[in-house]
Amino acid sequence: MGSQGGFYQSKEFLDLVKSIGEARSKAEEDRIVLNEIETLKRRISEPDIPKRKMKEYIIRLVYIEMLGHDASFGYIHAVKMTHDDSLLVKRTGYLAVTLFLNEDHDLIILIVNTIQKDLKSDNYLVVCAALNAVCKLINEETIPAVLPQVMELLAHPKEAVRKKAIMALHRFYQKSPSSVSHLVSNFRKRLCDNDPGVMGATLCPLFELIARDVNSYKDLVISFVSILKQVAERRLSKAYDCHQMPAPFIQIKLLKILALLGSGDKQASENMYTVVGDIFRKCDSSSNIGNAVLYECICCVSSIYPNPKLLESAADVISRFLKSDSHNLKYMGIDALGRLIKISPEIAEQHQLAVIDCLEDPDDTLKRKTFELLYKMTKSTNVEVIVDRMIDYMISISDNHYKTEIASRCVELAEQFAPSNQWFIQTMNRVFEHAGDLVNIKVAHSLMRLIAEGFGEDDDNADSKLRSSAVESYLRILGEPKLPSVFLQVICWVLGEYGTADGMFSASDITGKLCDVAEAYSNDETVKAYATTALIKIYAFKIAARRKVDMLPECQSLMEELLASHSTDLQQRAYELQAVIGLDAHAVECIMPSDASCEDIEVDRDLSFLNDYIQEAIEKGAQPYIPESERSGMLNISNFRNQDHHEASSHGLRFEAYELPKPAVQSRIPQALIASTEIVPVPEPMYPRESYQTTMPSIPSDAGSAELKLRLEGVQKKWGRPTYTPATSTSNSTSQKTVNGTSQGDGASTVSSMRETYDSRKPQVEVSHEKQKLAASLFGGSSKTEKRPATGHKAAKASSHMVEKSHVPKSSMEVASDKAASAQQPPDLLDLGEPTATSTALQLDPFKQLEGLLDTTEVASAVNGAPAASVSPDIMALYVDTAAGIHNKNDADLLSGLSNPSVTNMPGTTAMPQVTQSSSKRPNPKDSLEKDALVRQMGVNPSSQNPNLFKDLLG
Amino acid sequence: MIHFVLLISRQGKVRLTKWYSPYSQKERTKVIRELSGLILTRGPKLCNFVEWRGLRVVYKRYASLYFCMCIDEDDNELEILEIIHHYVEVLDRYFGSVCELDLIYNFHKAYFILDELLIAGELQEPSKRTVTRLVAAQDSLVETAKEQTSSITNIIAQAAK
Repeated sequence: MGSQGGFYQSKEFLDLVKSIGEARSKAEEDRIVLNEIETLKRRISEPDIPKRKMKEYIIRLVYIEMLGHDASFGYIHAVKMTHDDSLLVKRTGYLAVTLFLNEDHDLIILIVNTIQKDLKSDNYLVVCAALNAVCKLINEETIPAVLPQVMELLAHPKEAVRKKAIMALHRFYQKSPSSVSHLVSNFRKRLCDNDPGVMGATLCPLFELIARDVNSYKDLVISFVSILKQVAERRLSKAYDCHQMPAPFIQIKLLKILALLGSGDKQASENMYTVVGDIFRKCDSSSNIGNAVLYECICCVSSIYPNPKLLESAADVISRFLKSDSHNLKYMGIDALGRLIKISPEIAEQHQLAVIDCLEDPDDTLKRKTFELLYKMTKSTNVEVIVDRMIDYMISISDNHYKTEIASRCVELAEQFAPSNQWFIQTMNRVFEHAGDLVNIKVAHSLMRLIAEGFGEDDDNADSKLRSSAVESYLRILGEPKLPSVFLQVICWVLGEYGTADGMFSASDITGKLCDVAEAYSNDETVKAYATTALIKIYAFKIAARRKVDMLPECQSLMEELLASHSTDLQQRAYELQAVIGLDAHAVECIMPSDASCEDIEVDRDLSFLNDYIQEAIEKGAQPYIPESERSGMLNISNFRNQDHHEASSHGLRFEAYELPKPAVQSRIPQALIASTEIVPVPEPMYPRESYQTTMPSIPSDAGSAELKLRLEGVQKKWGRPTYTPATSTSNSTSQKTVNGTSQGDGASTVSSMRETYDSRKPQVEVSHEKQKLAASLFGGSSKTEKRPATGHKAAKASSHMVEKSHVPKSSMEVASDKAASAQQPPDLLDLGEPTATSTALQLDPFKQLEGLLDTTEVASAVNGAPAASVSPDIMALYVDTAAGIHNKNDADLLSGLSNPSVTNMPGTTAMPQVTQSSSKRPNPKDSLEKDALVRQMGVNPSSQNPNLFKDLLG
Repeated sequence: MIHFVLLISRQGKVRLTKWYSPYSQKERTKVIRELSGLILTRGPKLCNFVEWRGLRVVYKRYASLYFCMCIDEDDNELEILEIIHHYVEVLDRYFGSVCELDLIYNFHKAYFILDELLIAGELQEPSKRTVTRLVAAQDSLVETAKEQTSSITNIIAQAAK
């Protein structure tokens, strides 16, 4: 066949294709196509066009549509073409309609008749063409029109026809399972077809059927296994081979089916072990298709009842995939690992470095797949590292679809595994800050709920610490430009509720900030509403505390603006604020009790207080209220309408014989009967919501618009999942620190501020071993003794771009020597610290100076810490710090801890979050200097946010 | 299930589109624009898979042409890669060392072949030989039909003289 000049291509068409090929810009292309459309519109409606010409026009229409332009003016001609007698023309017609029309297009009705006729044709090629069209065009309504013919074709002598008929039935099943459910047995029969192509095609619908209902197909396990065995033993014709693999596509389909059938079924799975094992052995792993089959084997093995031998083979294949140079195989390897990890979690450990490599790969696809794997293997021990990484990645991408997904995953993991509430709030802050408009509003509610409820009824002190730290972090975040609306709502709510609760910030501070928010985001009414309500609360608390209220001028002007707002909601809130300010302390206490957001509100659902009024009205002759669903008149009307509708639609389709409408009508009638026989005057649940909403303003209409009402009611408890893991002890440690941080006068603060310097230097140590540490923190510490040497070498090699070259041999030597020594000894720490010693020295000075400014006690610590020497106590201090915090000891313990290496065996938890937290605790000038130091340090070590780095070393 | 098949040239020109799931014309244009931006910019050594709107797009480049297929998340990507190759091999057999020009000028034939290979988003025929034979049968029928029509038109033309 020649490459150019098909049978029915005129010079015109060739010129068109050519000119479009040569078009240099999209605009030029568009111009050419628009011209072509004009020409075709004119020509195609001329009378008596020869068939050949017409066919060419249709092909040109297809071409235009392929380029993204609208060719709908010619659809009808394509439809007409399918009516033609000659296959030549008909085939083009069918091709065009399948390309042009979606299954819901009006013109399909005009084709059904032709299809019906063609399905009965004695030329099997005509039947094939019609079946192709059936697969694409037949919709739920028209299935009954062609179903009998398609069924007959299952026994057609030509295998090509049987195959297409099977696929058409498959399509019907996808579109409307009920329409073909009685024909399912035919699929089973076709499984025994002599033609492997037909058998292979049958596997598609069977897979779908089995996926929906495994149990009714258990009897087929033996058949599937024996087919797979025959295929693997090359019993099929060579024509099905593909790169020396016997019928790989059929193998893959069968493995998929077996995976479904064997899932959680020991008996069924036992039948499969031999054949799957055989395939593992026979598969050629050098070709792409061989690997595809191997991958499918792994999927199957991870789905059926586990068998140690097969799991071993699967693990071997996975490690081969991961070690491969091909990105495709790495990707499949990561995916397979994610599947196998559910059954044998230990397998991930062997591949930790490969996984880290994939995580840091420049290929986005691979990276995302790896995040998926990490998501699957998150535990409470590694949640911090993983979520941290995820958020970093989330910030770096711009693809909103994936951003939403990864943000919701971060939230999910944080809710499930959060080591402390502090950490949870901080993580949420980051997620909101960068993807706030993409996350579900429920997440915001659950965050507010967490802050409001705290983590226990018993420890009010810790609760209030949590709140004040949240308030503080929000005040800081408010300084940043362009925050997402949802996040601002949370911030406003928290500031209103708890802004002045601990007395650290004055009401004027908070109200000032709130007014700023309302001003800066003046287009966002929801945020403004939240801000206004927060203002109400703050003033109310102040009044309730019997203190004098003086409104800030900006607040006053904001109120004036809102009083005249077009939004009734904002106006209402502004009036409420005015009203609250005018009330006396006692009244305010009643309507706005402090810290009462978790109190349950009793809702009088029956509105019993209205009973008298109703009684009175009924006595006067008023009609009693009947809920909408019970009004019989209404019901009848809607019923009529339904019937009308059904009749109309069946008329339109001209397929009166179909039973389609019946089930729908039947389902309606019993419902109607039940409703009308049940003559209870006013069943409670039927109350429309609005009826009590208007009378009781404390019920929220919607989360966004009714923020005032949020704090008053108990509905909050239903939001979000109750899956927080309140780690009281860890939070205790932070609260301890807050106390220390604020009381700087006494001796204890010396230690705490020293600790601070250590903390702030910590990230510099991480850099050299970042990768190794990451691996350790992701995969847990059990690989310490044996695997680490190798890890160290590779990590050092890989991270050499971050550290100066001279450190590399040194660090790997260190690690090697570490191998000789026992793993859990203090040398661990030295080995960690040593390689970065020089870089620490280089970077230390500016901070020392800054810290010197901060506090005299810290100068002492700086003097103490001759750079190289200070590194190891550094780390210890860090851990002592957390350890001490966990036990809630006093600071004297810290000093003893410093000298006692055994303390380092304590599990370290949240190091990094505490740094930022503690540094921001103090509301004095030091704060800003310290923050500056921290920021600069972050700048120096951009990749230093890894709280769990020392985990493996410390057990 | 395969949701759609796209053939895009390196310059971003569309050579073939086949939609197995319903997409409106507007969506189609958007999909093509998004995907060509995503795929054409990828380096040579990266994965042949792209994540896209919660689906996977498997693509492979043959000379100046990118063959892309969009599949569900839990499908076997390597298998799809092989199906693409399968299609290219059938095209190659049919056209005799196929090149982009063949597909540009005979795109409708590329569609006919694709219809014999995939149906309703699933692979219907794993044997290349069967596909080639079926397409050839249709062509020969078309061929004879064409001869007949031309002879009939000749007769009519002659009769009209």
